Amino acid sequence: MGALNIITYIFIIIGLFFNAVGVFGLHRFPDMYTRLHAATKCTTFGSIFLIMAVIVQSAGIWAMEGAFSSQSILSIHAVIALVALLITNATSAHAIARAAHRSGEKPARAVVDDLEGKDIDD
Amino acid sequence: MMWLPAAIVMMVCIVIAVVRIFIGPGAPTRLVAFDTTNTLVVALLVALALMFEQVVFVDVAIVYAVLSFIMTLYVARFIEGKKF
Repeated sequence: MGALNIITYIFIIIGLFFNAVGVFGLHRFPDMYTRLHAATKCTTFGSIFLIMAVIVQSAGIWAMEGAFSSQSILSIHAVIALVALLITNATSAHAIARAAHRSGEKPARAVVDDLEGKDIDD
Repeated sequence: MMWLPAAIVMMVCIVIAVVRIFIGPGAPTRLVAFDTTNTLVVALLVALALMFEQVVFVDVAIVYAVLSFIMTLYVARFIEGKKF
């Protein structure tokens, strides 16, 4: 149980650090695209590690208590939540960036827009 | 365990992200801040499920993730200015 606790602590610390960095970048960057970059990447990474800590801890209790532990449901459902988070975060970030570019949002201090007039209508 | 300090840090992060929803200029910035808030809320719910030993919180987190994804797609479509 000792090694499992150490792994859980490390995962929690990594997750909290990256979540804090993502929220910090949400306030420090100048325009919408850089904020999206900082917030989405760091927050997804941090949330993955925080949920991984929950999975490791509950799976450890499950393995210790035997097959009919109440932690088995928590462990399996946490894996499902992790997969849902992985799929939805990347897709919604892409949708936000595409919608913002098509609505005419410009990056801060931008000189050249390489995608000007190259939008393919679906 | 350190689930209570972790939950408190996550709540502080959520409050800081909600501040950006209110002061952020323009709709896309607010949508980015809202997406960040949703991700943090899902992670906090999964952590609270282990802290309180309630499996229901994880199910709520799964449904919250999927519904917030649908909301984000809907608002992005609205910002893009297209018909549905």
